[in-house]
Amino acid sequence: MEITSTLFTAKAIYVGIIFAITLGVAAYSTYFERIIAAFMQDRVGPDRAGPFGILQPLADAVKMFMKEDFIPANSNKWLFIAGPCLSMLTALMTSAVVPFGDQLDLGDGIILDLQGIDVNIGILWVFGIVSLGVYGVLIGGWASNNKYSLIGAIRAASQNISYELAMGLSIIAILMLSGSLSTKSIVETQQNGHWNILYQPLGFVIFLVCAFAECNRTPFDLPECETELIGGYHTEYSSMKLGFYLFSEYINMFISGAVMATLYFGGYDYLFNDYVAQISWLGEYAYNVSALLGLVVLIVKALIFVFIFMWVRWTLPRFRYDQLMGLGWTGLIPLAMFNVVLTGASMLFTVNDGGSNWMTVGASWAGVIIMLVVTFAYSEMKYKKKKLATA
Amino acid sequence: MNYQPSDFLPILVQLVAALAFIVATMLATHWLGPKRHSVLKDDAFECGIESVGDARTPISVKYFLVAILFVLFDVEIIFMYPWAVNFMGWVKSTSDVAITMFLEMLVFMGLLLLGFIYVIKKGVLTWEK
Repeated sequence: MEITSTLFTAKAIYVGIIFAITLGVAAYSTYFERIIAAFMQDRVGPDRAGPFGILQPLADAVKMFMKEDFIPANSNKWLFIAGPCLSMLTALMTSAVVPFGDQLDLGDGIILDLQGIDVNIGILWVFGIVSLGVYGVLIGGWASNNKYSLIGAIRAASQNISYELAMGLSIIAILMLSGSLSTKSIVETQQNGHWNILYQPLGFVIFLVCAFAECNRTPFDLPECETELIGGYHTEYSSMKLGFYLFSEYINMFISGAVMATLYFGGYDYLFNDYVAQISWLGEYAYNVSALLGLVVLIVKALIFVFIFMWVRWTLPRFRYDQLMGLGWTGLIPLAMFNVVLTGASMLFTVNDGGSNWMTVGASWAGVIIMLVVTFAYSEMKYKKKKLATA
Repeated sequence: MNYQPSDFLPILVQLVAALAFIVATMLATHWLGPKRHSVLKDDAFECGIESVGDARTPISVKYFLVAILFVLFDVEIIFMYPWAVNFMGWVKSTSDVAITMFLEMLVFMGLLLLGFIYVIKKGVLTWEK
């Protein structure tokens, strides 16, 4: 009983720390988003609040708090408040199943897993919470009783559900390789450099595109594109309610980066885990140092993904709505199905009969290359036919 | 690895932390900001043009069809999850079971693909018209 209660306290402290890290990273993502935008457009960016403008997120937060908390007269008041709260709640709950590190030995036989909850449904938890996130946007847009908000909300909902399909399909291939739904087991099968990105190049690309769409980031930011819809589903929002919508987007970016690192880039694995865990001058702390280093490595991997999100925002223009739906349904879903079949076939032919892991890797890359060649040849053929028909 | 319902307990800590953060922020922003009301200001903002009628008018049926199709396909994808989780075990045990299971999944996926092609040929996803 004593050990259980100490363990629970340790776990509660750990959850609190991850919570604080998530909020801190999200707050500073807003600053770095502007710095990176400024760098890419050859501007200076925010530099007034504190040295290099590093107090900018704080200034933004104070401004948000001091603004009028506006609620339109003909809206549904409680739903209007519930919308952003639900968005924020779902964004904050996803991080629970992400394994941020291996185990810490706290002495007295207490082993703390550096993961909120290690449960056998693992990745399904992420999907469940992410699909609840649609409700936040939909409720907010509907409750505003504004035509632009409603169109934005409906666009957001149908975009999110469309890309969820391809995302779910791309995960299936990962589950086939790891044989478990638990995120911890998925990471453990990737230790020592057997990262899933080697086995799943196509699956990763599909997942990345879907993550962009789920976070409503450019080039899929149609729900809030200001040239068509004023501000989309958050047109009527002000003060911290608007802040919640924007903030939850940044939290989702960080968490989806962490999930992608977990699924495809080995999670907290950094190739030298075993080596660090055996350094002699660290003595009994060597194991803990190695675990904490893993935590730092996972956060760095997630931050690299956050940078990619920002990089793409200033590189690609926005899709048109029919292009967006066309890519999601007729592009990504058949591709993801092909990926599942390819993974299954390559596993059948290489896992037994004395085949090595590298053969599985080779088979999956060969499949992707064949697919690319066939698609290219097909589109070339179609293009020539079209040319003949018009000539 | 032995999983127990008590594994879920730390989620309560996270839920309480998240709810506390949200409620505190909402109360603070409600309390801190100024409040000035007028009939025109409390109206819905539609680019400065007076808003006509209710916003909750019927919208394109395409969105509804997408939602229905999502439910259909999502359920079918969820059926593949148990199969996927067990596949590695089959491959490692005897290759006969694995090949049978692989072929069965191909049949399932083929049927799914047929439905998918039907939906596309029906023009549910052509947004231009």
